[in-house]
Amino acid sequence: MNFFILSLIKAAVVAFVLLTTLAYLQWIERKVIAHIQLRVGPRRVGPHGLLQPLADVVKLMTKEDMIPSHVNKVFYLLAPFLAVTFALISISVIPFGTEINIGSFKTAMQLTDLNIGVLFILGLSGIGVYGVALAGWASNNKYSLLGGLRSSAQMISYELPMALAIAAPLLMLNTLSFRQLVDAQGGYYLGFIPRWAIFQGPFPQIISFGLFVVAAFAETNRVPFDLPEAENELVAGFHTEYSSMKFAAFFMAEYANMVTVSCVATLLFLGGWQPLFPPQYGANFLPSLIFAAGGLVSLYHGINPARPFDRITLPITGIVFLGIAAVFLVPIVSTILLPLFWFAAKVGVILFLYIWVRGTLPRFRYDQLMSFAWTFMFPLAIVNLFVTGLLVALTSK
Amino acid sequence: MDSILFLIFAAIAVACAVNLVLQKHPISSALSLIGVMGSLAALYLLLGGEFIAAAQLIVYAGAIMVLFVFVIMLLNAGTENVEHKRLWSRYLGVPLLVALLGFVGYIVQKVLPLSEGVRFGTFRNGSPLEIGKALFTSYLLPFEVTSVLILVAILGAIVLARGEVD
Repeated sequence: MNFFILSLIKAAVVAFVLLTTLAYLQWIERKVIAHIQLRVGPRRVGPHGLLQPLADVVKLMTKEDMIPSHVNKVFYLLAPFLAVTFALISISVIPFGTEINIGSFKTAMQLTDLNIGVLFILGLSGIGVYGVALAGWASNNKYSLLGGLRSSAQMISYELPMALAIAAPLLMLNTLSFRQLVDAQGGYYLGFIPRWAIFQGPFPQIISFGLFVVAAFAETNRVPFDLPEAENELVAGFHTEYSSMKFAAFFMAEYANMVTVSCVATLLFLGGWQPLFPPQYGANFLPSLIFAAGGLVSLYHGINPARPFDRITLPITGIVFLGIAAVFLVPIVSTILLPLFWFAAKVGVILFLYIWVRGTLPRFRYDQLMSFAWTFMFPLAIVNLFVTGLLVALTSK
Repeated sequence: MDSILFLIFAAIAVACAVNLVLQKHPISSALSLIGVMGSLAALYLLLGGEFIAAAQLIVYAGAIMVLFVFVIMLLNAGTENVEHKRLWSRYLGVPLLVALLGFVGYIVQKVLPLSEGVRFGTFRNGSPLEIGKALFTSYLLPFEVTSVLILVAILGAIVLARGEVD
């Protein structure tokens, strides 16, 4: 097929899936936080509030889009655009699965396989700072300015330990292309321990993984590092003066960054789409088993309903789940779906961690945040990199 | 395709560079400079220097310019006031600049005569692997000397900054 048309189709699919994920990530976050805090979360719009993201989009689009009179208009309008653009571009180098081979048709589940993919992501995350910094400065408001300054300082500081944490697994896996990184993490020790970077010899990268996740929380301005928008000190930080779709752009950028960072963590440390245990122990049947179990539970509760609507909704959900379980057993389709399942499962776990931490930890103080980055994470990352490099040099042929 | 992309990014780079000089506000100038860096990275990519392109993006556009913007924002530098220009600078400035550019162009042409045109995609040694090999074999001494130089600069910066505080 024509390369150009194929790329367009793939870009459209990836963009659609990514934007839907972003919308529903927010629903999941509200639900999980609500249950952590013993509430029920959104449940008015649609069953279990499932149409809430749609309602939010309509709300954000129909809100008054006002531009305060005291802002620097060009940069004020440019900032959300920059933030959301650089947040969304990064997804283009992320591979989601192995190659698709149907007859003579062959394509990779990825928009483009750069051989400097990791560096590309690092570069984009560095440029992403400008959106926030400019928003804070252009708003011409002391809270926004402080938020923007804090955020740029925080992102510069945490980029260093993040880059050093990324460098350690790269030393072992010996490539910068995401696809080859995942290939280098295939296989098992003793037949059952996966050779993911966090388990791989000569030096398992668990410390790097921890450092990367913590730095990633700071890079995406999430709790406990959400100083740029600390409400009790800074109103809403850098986006105080933004409303309607411009506010939505910042919101989307934050969630897109979360998804990208989770994908990078999965690809670098958790073996991408490599299964948790080998196929001879039934790894290929696990998705079917999970979906079938979910479907059966739904069916059971549909037959013994606790609430009046459950008689209709739960059997439908159950049949859909059983259908998905059956689809995972079709040979040709399952070769495409299985890697996607493992990849999505790992990304989902990290995203859940994000939400869990938000429901659990309080916010750092600003000086704690800075001293944590420079006096703890940075030296630890350097030591970790040094030990990894030494062991790799000693064990390589 | 390559030459079309080259023309696009070269045009953006030149436009941003001109804008950098013309803008009165420091933030506008800084952003134009980022535009120049970004289009230069794209040009490196077109020539096959992938690693250089990524380094350009990470180091210049991502790290150095963030510090510039940071300082401009912290000091809240306002619009530049153009002082009354001298008469001779107003009339002689542009012709002298053109003359200088022409002279430099002539010298470059003399010293490095262009034997053949640039062909896109023929350079194959721009990958991180090749760069790493070159850095740690043929260019090991310059590489180490540069790192020592940077270390000295860092120490100097710290000493200067501390001296002011005490």
